[in-house]
Amino acid sequence: MRARRILITGAATHWGGALARALEADPEIETIVGIDREDPVVELERTEFVRVGAQHQLLRRILRAARIDAVIDTRMVVDSTTATARAAHENNVIGTMELLAACSSTDEPPALVFKSSAHWYGVGQDDPAYFTEDMGRGTRPRTALERDIVEAEAAVAEYAERHPQTPVAVLRFVNVLGPGLRTSHTDLLGLPAIPAILGFDPRYQFVHEDDVVGALEHALRQGLHGTYNCAADGVLAWSEVAGLLGKLPVPILAPWGTGLSAAALRPLGIRIPPEMLRQLRFGRALDNRALKTTGLRLRYTTRETVLKLREHQRLRPLRSRMGEPYRYEREVEEFLRRSPAARGALEAPGPDAGAPRSGPAGGFDALEAEEVVAVLDALDPASLQVLRAHEAGNAARPRVLAAIDALIAGRG
Amino acid sequence: MAERPRITPRDAGAVPAVREDLRSALPAVEAERHVTDWGRSERVEAVVDRLAVDVLYRLWFRVSVEGIENVPAHGGALLVSNHAGALPPDAAMIAKAIKEEHPQPRPLHLTVEHFFKGYPGFSMLLPKIGAVPAHPANVHRLLWDEQQLVLVFPEGRKGTEKLYKDRYRLRRFGRGGFVQAAMRARAPIVPVAVVGAEEAQPVFAQLSLLQRLTGLLYVPLTPTFPHLGPLGMLGYLPAKFTIRFMEPIPTADLGDEPWEDQALVQTIAHDVRARIQDELDDMLAQRDSVWLG
Repeated sequence: MRARRILITGAATHWGGALARALEADPEIETIVGIDREDPVVELERTEFVRVGAQHQLLRRILRAARIDAVIDTRMVVDSTTATARAAHENNVIGTMELLAACSSTDEPPALVFKSSAHWYGVGQDDPAYFTEDMGRGTRPRTALERDIVEAEAAVAEYAERHPQTPVAVLRFVNVLGPGLRTSHTDLLGLPAIPAILGFDPRYQFVHEDDVVGALEHALRQGLHGTYNCAADGVLAWSEVAGLLGKLPVPILAPWGTGLSAAALRPLGIRIPPEMLRQLRFGRALDNRALKTTGLRLRYTTRETVLKLREHQRLRPLRSRMGEPYRYEREVEEFLRRSPAARGALEAPGPDAGAPRSGPAGGFDALEAEEVVAVLDALDPASLQVLRAHEAGNAARPRVLAAIDALIAGRG
Repeated sequence: MAERPRITPRDAGAVPAVREDLRSALPAVEAERHVTDWGRSERVEAVVDRLAVDVLYRLWFRVSVEGIENVPAHGGALLVSNHAGALPPDAAMIAKAIKEEHPQPRPLHLTVEHFFKGYPGFSMLLPKIGAVPAHPANVHRLLWDEQQLVLVFPEGRKGTEKLYKDRYRLRRFGRGGFVQAAMRARAPIVPVAVVGAEEAQPVFAQLSLLQRLTGLLYVPLTPTFPHLGPLGMLGYLPAKFTIRFMEPIPTADLGDEPWEDQALVQTIAHDVRARIQDELDDMLAQRDSVWLG
């Protein structure tokens, strides 16, 4: 069974947004519904966004009404500085349970891709150098975050067992780096010098944010079932990470009473959560080969991921002056999706040029500039306006923009 | 979906289950890096070699090596050796012997206690010179997946805690975990006998009170430690070292899942131990002088 009607939870998170955009480009996928408590942070083309929390009655109605056949769950909080312990628990454990309850109560339970974290394994002194998926946890969870992730995964395992016909994929991601993402790791690596615990040089593995989206998409398309580690190739020493970023590791955290010395850094604005302190002491790496053998090719190695971050760090001061961040405006989004005028404009070029149609505007960007210009004459002024806005926001081909402007000016 | 894997095995232990062969999916080596995925650093290793190991090997211990051809030139192999000394120099000397004498020098990975991973300084330095924590999964990955040489001291702490009066009497070989590791990886076991380490750093007593106060693994009383401070741990006497590599014991054709057969595992463990003990006795009988060999 190939999933065509997708629900993305956590659509307002970086992951949800990026994933929705990636799926929008695929004409095979009929419907994408994004849900979250917050408004989306990226501009979405044809994804239907519903602002809703994790209440299973509401979710069930959405699942049924939209005849969802696959759910991608990107909600998980995996960094304890981004939410209070209570909010994280509410989201990670209660939210997962509500979602799974809603999925279970449909006639045909949807496939599930669950974004989990390597924090499931914890970090310990007696850990193996590489965790494989079939290894259990060495010790009881030590931080609240780990406990929540273990609990959430247990609920997912139960869902999988109860619905033996449904593919359920759990992806455990290592720490993610990328330009679009702010975590306590990117914060720490953004400092002029990289804090370290005196006398420790832990092994670290990262994965690039684009590869995370790629892995979630891969799990959905392949209908993967089972638990998979997702980490980039290569494991770096912390000092090596600092070196790649062109910075110096400074051992300002004491080997004993590390928590206290981390607390002493708080007034300086440096927040190091407990799960990260353990990583800075013992390090952690995952065996990523099981997922690789399912056919997934990651674009970046750990080293390349860090180099990408360096690029971003160096360009950021130049880029911050450009462009307004995207703001979700319900009325505008509604207009773009529902208004006959908007739809007429965006769909018109599609059938005329015989291009694949992937929704209101997906196929439009695939057309050659000449082909677009050729059909402009047939459009009414309102449609032209919408088309211009779309073109400016997406491909922004100067030829097309000039042609539209000329037409608008001529008619007006 | 014929075979449906469970999402989370609840009975998962520390030892890797028999999995499909994933060796082709190992990450490629990035030429730009000077550190391996295990944390081994070319540069640090070179510095330590130039500052200490080389001098100890050539001038101080005047290591002589026998049977180097018994170390396989390809594939994984598990080297098993006797162990002695407070901060034992034997591992470094065995690694150096392979590097210097073998026609195809290969890196040697040494397994060390997990304890060191939690100890500042050691935690940083040991991986950089080729040590890995003695986890069964680590040994398996090195031997089977990466086809590397691994050195284990099955006596473990019992070897280093041993006093001078018990020198060259091998302790118990644990529960045969090293044999199981070799069997799983279908790697041969190469027994190694080292003479000289016991005299290079004789341990006269274990200071249990200091041990409890410092939280260290053990605090030995040696000719230079603890009265000369932490660096006294590196005070070695110039005993003559002899390293003898013995014929490999194959583990590839012992039937299906031989590691489940406790009797077989114990038999091989005892056999390896007896071979090393016999060889040590032989080498000691031939030795004229502790210092000159």
